[in-house]
Amino acid sequence: MTEQTPILRLEGIVKTFPGVRALDGVSFDVRPGEVHALMGENGAGKSTLMKVLGGIHAPNEGQIFIAEEPTIMTSPIQAKAKGVVFIHQELSLAGELSVAENIFLGELPRKSFGRVDWAKLYTDTDKILKTLNVSFNARTRVGDLSIANQQMVEIGRALTVDPRAVIFDEPTASLTDAEKVVLFDVIADLQARGVGIIYISHRMEEIFKITDRISVLRDGQYRGTLNTAETNEDAVTQLMIGRSLDLSRNESSHDMGDVALEVRGLSCGSLFNDVSFAVRKGEVLGFYGLVGAGRTEIAETIFGLRTPSAGQILLNGQEVRITSPIDAIRLGISLVPEDRKDQGLVLGMNCRDNMTLPQIGDLTTGPFVSNGAEVAIFDQYRDKLDIRTPGWRQTVGNLSGGNQQKIVIGKWLSMRPEVLIVDEPTRGIDVGSKSEIHNLIRELAAQGYAVIVISSEMPEVLHVSDRIVAMFSGAVMRTFTAEEVTEDNLVQAISGITPQKVA
Amino acid sequence: MSTQNRKDIIKQGGIWAFIAVELAFFSIAGNYLSVSEKAFMDFDNMLLLLKQSAPIGIIALGMTIIMINGNIDLSVGAIFALSAIMLLDSMTWPFMQALGDWAIPLAWGFALLTGVVLGAINGLIVWKTGVDAFIVTLGSMLGFRGLVFMYNGEQPTSHLNWTLVDFAEAQFLGLHTATWFLLGTALILWILMTRTVHGRNAHAIGNNRDAAVNAGIRVGPHFMWNFMLIGFLAALSAVVFYSESGSVNPNDGMLYELWAITAVVLGGTKLAGGYGSIISTLGGVIAIQLLRKGLGHIGADTQTVNLVIGLILIAVLFLDRQLNRKGQEELKI
Repeated sequence: MTEQTPILRLEGIVKTFPGVRALDGVSFDVRPGEVHALMGENGAGKSTLMKVLGGIHAPNEGQIFIAEEPTIMTSPIQAKAKGVVFIHQELSLAGELSVAENIFLGELPRKSFGRVDWAKLYTDTDKILKTLNVSFNARTRVGDLSIANQQMVEIGRALTVDPRAVIFDEPTASLTDAEKVVLFDVIADLQARGVGIIYISHRMEEIFKITDRISVLRDGQYRGTLNTAETNEDAVTQLMIGRSLDLSRNESSHDMGDVALEVRGLSCGSLFNDVSFAVRKGEVLGFYGLVGAGRTEIAETIFGLRTPSAGQILLNGQEVRITSPIDAIRLGISLVPEDRKDQGLVLGMNCRDNMTLPQIGDLTTGPFVSNGAEVAIFDQYRDKLDIRTPGWRQTVGNLSGGNQQKIVIGKWLSMRPEVLIVDEPTRGIDVGSKSEIHNLIRELAAQGYAVIVISSEMPEVLHVSDRIVAMFSGAVMRTFTAEEVTEDNLVQAISGITPQKVA
Repeated sequence: MSTQNRKDIIKQGGIWAFIAVELAFFSIAGNYLSVSEKAFMDFDNMLLLLKQSAPIGIIALGMTIIMINGNIDLSVGAIFALSAIMLLDSMTWPFMQALGDWAIPLAWGFALLTGVVLGAINGLIVWKTGVDAFIVTLGSMLGFRGLVFMYNGEQPTSHLNWTLVDFAEAQFLGLHTATWFLLGTALILWILMTRTVHGRNAHAIGNNRDAAVNAGIRVGPHFMWNFMLIGFLAALSAVVFYSESGSVNPNDGMLYELWAITAVVLGGTKLAGGYGSIISTLGGVIAIQLLRKGLGHIGADTQTVNLVIGLILIAVLFLDRQLNRKGQEELKI
């Protein structure tokens, strides 16, 4: 293999899902011995691309070449046989089994009558572990290993074949700095063996430390490839966010009232520490940060789903004690959760029943739920939020993501809350409905609700927020006003690059 | 009407269609194979069938709510036996005997209270420990049965009160006392599940527990109420049955939990929770009893009956799965 023959090449990959063009003509290549970063915001299409590469999704158009040979991927197993292996962000290990069994899971060496060839299994595993330079042995129970070491096991799995290309998906998300060094050594070692590496990460620092080239995706489109040595963080950010944000900044101004919710020095174990902020009536306060920065956990703590280890929560200037969602709801705090389907909706129930769920106790005549009162509430909020459904009998699971989200929002609005917390308001929602939800959030603020929006999408946060709290690793790095914030300083704040500035 | 509603009707109507098929089959097959002269669909025979459905039926109706919650209660058979002992034994206590027939309502009260207390124990453990209801009630099934044996060893507990027997054997508007209890329970629980806040919450919790918690529903106490309810119903079932028979064997009620679950599942209630219907469970109970009686009618023995019911249960669940398959996206196993 010469340096010039790409080990892996994608050409014009298109993948559409009903209503969404998830990948729109993506082309790039990986050379032997190269670390190639793949970057893009959440939802830019990175994971879809990896699923296409792993044969989980078949592309609608385009072609994959391995060593310039056109290849059709049908399954991760087949991809592995072709030398393309994945190291997933979420570990998929069997904790009760040994390291050796995990590494060779599904392909244990055998003797006659289907017996496992334990001797061979352990020698083969030891060989792999040696190249990884780890401290544990083949017989260790995986459940006893640290997360970093489990990740090494996951990498070990990739090495049971002679890999040509290894794809790392956010490998450092749960590693400490010392553990990262070990991982980077392994990557350098693979590189030296001529393996091509795709490295997916949000962390600029790492990207500039270990990669050779950077390819950027945005909204499913390939935005270009940069040589790492010849570029800088700003240029990459520019490419990722692209257009000077046609999602225009929030400019609508209306009068704001008093502080509705204030949080002082709130901490919860190792999840977040000493968080303080205040949100006024009529204000949208955005929370921006990487996955795992502690934003959702703050919302859950305010809503009574977690017990804070320190700090105060004040509602309209009065300190309140919230020990369960029941307390929060009674006080007028509502949470539209991050995962609509798992936490927000009862998918098997109809639209009306979902919308009235927190308050049916108040909609009774005698011992019975009043059908009329329920339908009245549903109709009112269907019209108000423009929820498109054939009728209240429709099962919520059959609605589109945007309409489902409106049902959740309607559910809380009908309780007339004071504070509305919306976690990832547009996750998994198509572009058209996104702007509807954004407008709705602005409108709600104009009506005097205090709104907190948590989002991993920068354009969204910039678009809807009056002020933005930037978080990194469980701490508030800085609170920006709409005038101060730029994409650059926001990205820097959430990457932990800049030391804390004046809040 | 949306496709969803149509689907619901097919699902809930399925069990009644199955009952119709059974009736037709046993009537026709009975003409050729039956050892008795009587037609299968004889009116008295059908009335008797309803009466015989009552003991397991009343329990199965309660089990429906537990299963809609996403839980299960394996201890109902043991609660049934322990409540029966309480019913019969309490009537032999000296102060009770002094009361004459006024002892009867009091004995009923004792029995029902026993059921509620045992159910509350289950519910409290599930609520406070967070251990899966399957495990908790598996333990209490063994434990409660142990109490049954501690009470009187291997000996049956007997007491026959003729006033009670007359009541139990009475017929009102043609239906037996036990049948009235079965139908009354079904009506009340149907209203509970379709018209009240408690019923709505039961569905929500079974369908998505996290979303229910987020909506401010107190899941633990809700579970506890339902376990108390099924304890009460297991005791009610015992009261209805032993008022007539007057003698409890320590092994009575064994496997009742499994027959109740079979009826509930046959009625279309999801094992995972979130979906189910009281009326369909009533159908499931009747369908099982029809099978037993019908197979007996055409000369099959008990072992064959069990084999056939087992096969039908699996066939029904397979059919249900086929009807509810969500396209090709499902994971292969």
